[in-house]
Amino acid sequence: MPVIVVEVMPKPELLDPAGKAVSGLLRRRGTDAFTNVRIGKRFELTHDGPVTAAVLAEVRALAEEVLANTVIEDVVAVYEGGAEADFDEFSGVVAGETH
Amino acid sequence: MARIGVVTFPGSLDDRDAQRAVRIAGAEAVPLWHADHDLQGVDAVVLPGGFSYGDYLRCGAIAAQSRIMREIVDAAGRGLPVLGICNGFQILVESHLLPGGLIRNDHGAFICRDQVLRVENASTAWTNDFTAGEEFVVPLKNGEGGYIASEETLAELEGEGRVVFRYVDVNPNGSLNDIAGITNARGNVVGLMPHPEHAVEPGFGPDTPAAMRSGVDGLRVFTSALQHLLAV
Repeated sequence: MPVIVVEVMPKPELLDPAGKAVSGLLRRRGTDAFTNVRIGKRFELTHDGPVTAAVLAEVRALAEEVLANTVIEDVVAVYEGGAEADFDEFSGVVAGETH
Repeated sequence: MARIGVVTFPGSLDDRDAQRAVRIAGAEAVPLWHADHDLQGVDAVVLPGGFSYGDYLRCGAIAAQSRIMREIVDAAGRGLPVLGICNGFQILVESHLLPGGLIRNDHGAFICRDQVLRVENASTAWTNDFTAGEEFVVPLKNGEGGYIASEETLAELEGEGRVVFRYVDVNPNGSLNDIAGITNARGNVVGLMPHPEHAVEPGFGPDTPAAMRSGVDGLRVFTSALQHLLAV
């Protein structure tokens, strides 16, 4: 069954203490080139049926309403994942709409 | 005798303490269960502290979708006094009964201390037994207590006198404008991060200049609700 991926990040203007702690760890390891780390969440929703535009819209609504608290977080991506997508994402391009 | 409900969610920790505070204040404490629809005709509700649903998803997010919260949101709209303490405050913002959000403490650590608060608004259902500007001490213990809101929301809260409690001397978690607690427009719903229910009985409260653990300042949050119920 297809999987729909939802990615949620803390709002950019908010301090992310967990990300800051990891950022400090990287600095202590001597990897100064990574100047900032932010930590978000990835949800994988298994869908019983084909992933249509309507289904993605429904997931986006759910994401804004329940999966994220839009006072403190942004839904940054909602897209159909797949076995192959797990690695393709590392090309640096995230499929699907963002905002 | 006034009846004040205290909701127990899976992972609530301070429900018994809140019930005890209600009884010491002079009301009947009515245990309420998260999976029930029935508010059992209570006159007010306390959402206690703890880690409902293990803080999964976000603090208070899953509890906010519980059956009893649907009833509480409706009843709050009709004026039922509702107090959210710590995790209860997080549940109130996740239920949209109060604006803004609570995020991880800016210093990244859990904090537990006796905290001085200033009462900014002494006309809510939960603060009318105080005087505005009065300072008092109750325990504070949280990991995700940083209050944040958009600039517009903050301006609205400040402009309408809806900041109820402010941290004094130390801002323990990075809350904007030193905000420790807020209320809704009607003044019946109040949420705060510190724990008034832990400062209601001599021998178990914060230290005071008079004696160790003698602080009972938190009791007036609960007696305020009783005054409010007598007045309406």
